Amino acid sequence: MDKIIPSLSEAVSGIPDGAVVMIGGFGGSGAPIELIHALIDRYLSTGSPRNLTVVNNNAGNGHVGLAALIEQGMVRKLICSFPRSADPRVFTERYLAGEIELELVPQGTLAERIRAGGAGIPAFYTPTSYGTDLAKDKPVEEFDGRPYVRELWLKADFAIIKAHKGDRLGNLVFNKAARNFNPLMATAAAVTIAQVTEIVEPGAIDPEAVVTPGIFVQGVVEVANPAQEEDLNRAGAAYPEKAA
Amino acid sequence: MSSKLSATQIAWRAAQDIADGAYVNLGIGFPEMVAKFQPPGCEAVFHTENGILGFGEAPRPGEEDWDLINAGKKAVTLKAGTAFFHHADSFAMVRGGHLDVAILGAYEVAETGDLANWSTGPKGVPAVGGAMDLVHGARRVAVITDHVTKDGKPKLVKRCSLPLTGVACVTRVYTSLAVIDVEGGHFVLREKLPSLSVDDLQAQTGAELLVPGPVADLVVPEL
Repeated sequence: MDKIIPSLSEAVSGIPDGAVVMIGGFGGSGAPIELIHALIDRYLSTGSPRNLTVVNNNAGNGHVGLAALIEQGMVRKLICSFPRSADPRVFTERYLAGEIELELVPQGTLAERIRAGGAGIPAFYTPTSYGTDLAKDKPVEEFDGRPYVRELWLKADFAIIKAHKGDRLGNLVFNKAARNFNPLMATAAAVTIAQVTEIVEPGAIDPEAVVTPGIFVQGVVEVANPAQEEDLNRAGAAYPEKAA
Repeated sequence: MSSKLSATQIAWRAAQDIADGAYVNLGIGFPEMVAKFQPPGCEAVFHTENGILGFGEAPRPGEEDWDLINAGKKAVTLKAGTAFFHHADSFAMVRGGHLDVAILGAYEVAETGDLANWSTGPKGVPAVGGAMDLVHGARRVAVITDHVTKDGKPKLVKRCSLPLTGVACVTRVYTSLAVIDVEGGHFVLREKLPSLSVDDLQAQTGAELLVPGPVADLVVPEL
């Protein structure tokens, strides 16, 4: 078994128009910038994929990563909890112009919907959002005398995520708080592609320390020295790079 | 002492109620300041939604690790005993009743304990983050806020006029003028600035203040 994919372009080649794509990360931490940029490269040369539904906690920052994907017009709908950032203009302008749909989900509900999607649980009840605008039209039931809101699972066609180390079996470990949504999204997508900073031999990751077992991962691509969104933004970067 | 507490002083007062060993989530922005004012000998364990328990202070500029940030996307540091976990575990800690205290900002707090702190109305881009999750599950949900808005309107009200974050969730409010508990659908005054009469305070509060017992002086050091 070998899940290693030799290039970023091959890693994203199977994502079709209209796909639901989960993108890992919380802000820039754990965001698979290189996989996102590979998707943009493919779109610029082939016109595909487009009309994507993207699931991410945020809506991008600046003009790189998820913001760049939105800036290209590749995203039809965004499912997220917090579409604000230091520089949210790319999303904000398209949203206010009615060019992109937003499904706003409380952060813990977003995480649990993805977890449920990966665990084969179609619905669950949560106290979060009860009595608020975000619970509108959702069924409510009482348990032990308290009201809870029914929420549905969230699944995806593809997940593109970022991990620290991975092996050819797809076992992954993450780096610090860059873990965030990445392990959940790996479980909830039909196909999960992980970019890893380092590919290691099977056995090099202590089995006690594996965070995402390889069963949840279909492809692993190595990106040594991955970019950090925060560093790119501080340098005023945009993707694709603007001609001087 | 000036006629009202500064944001820093409100954060200091809220910090005095955090017990040693408490698990605490501080909302992004203003509430993050609370961490700086833990009383001597009290060590809380801070939780952040993006998957860290027991993180340390901000690093020096230039030493940031952008894989080590808090929910406000600000860089933090490791401490001995830090733990990382994914987002579903993080919110299991929140909703599952494992946090002792959540301290949040507010646009409005109602006497029923309803909180509005995520949306100022239908204009612009809505964003909720973890606010609606945090108000459920923590044993105490405290709010730190100015007592009135910039225009002088009460932020403590009978019913919230802005979109709700949660229903009957706030247990205590630390304001620039007073410390007020929410009990049985009422505001109960516990502490107030000594320079202020109860009537003065009531005049700046949008719902009835109950005073069933002694009211302590709210005394905070100059910071």
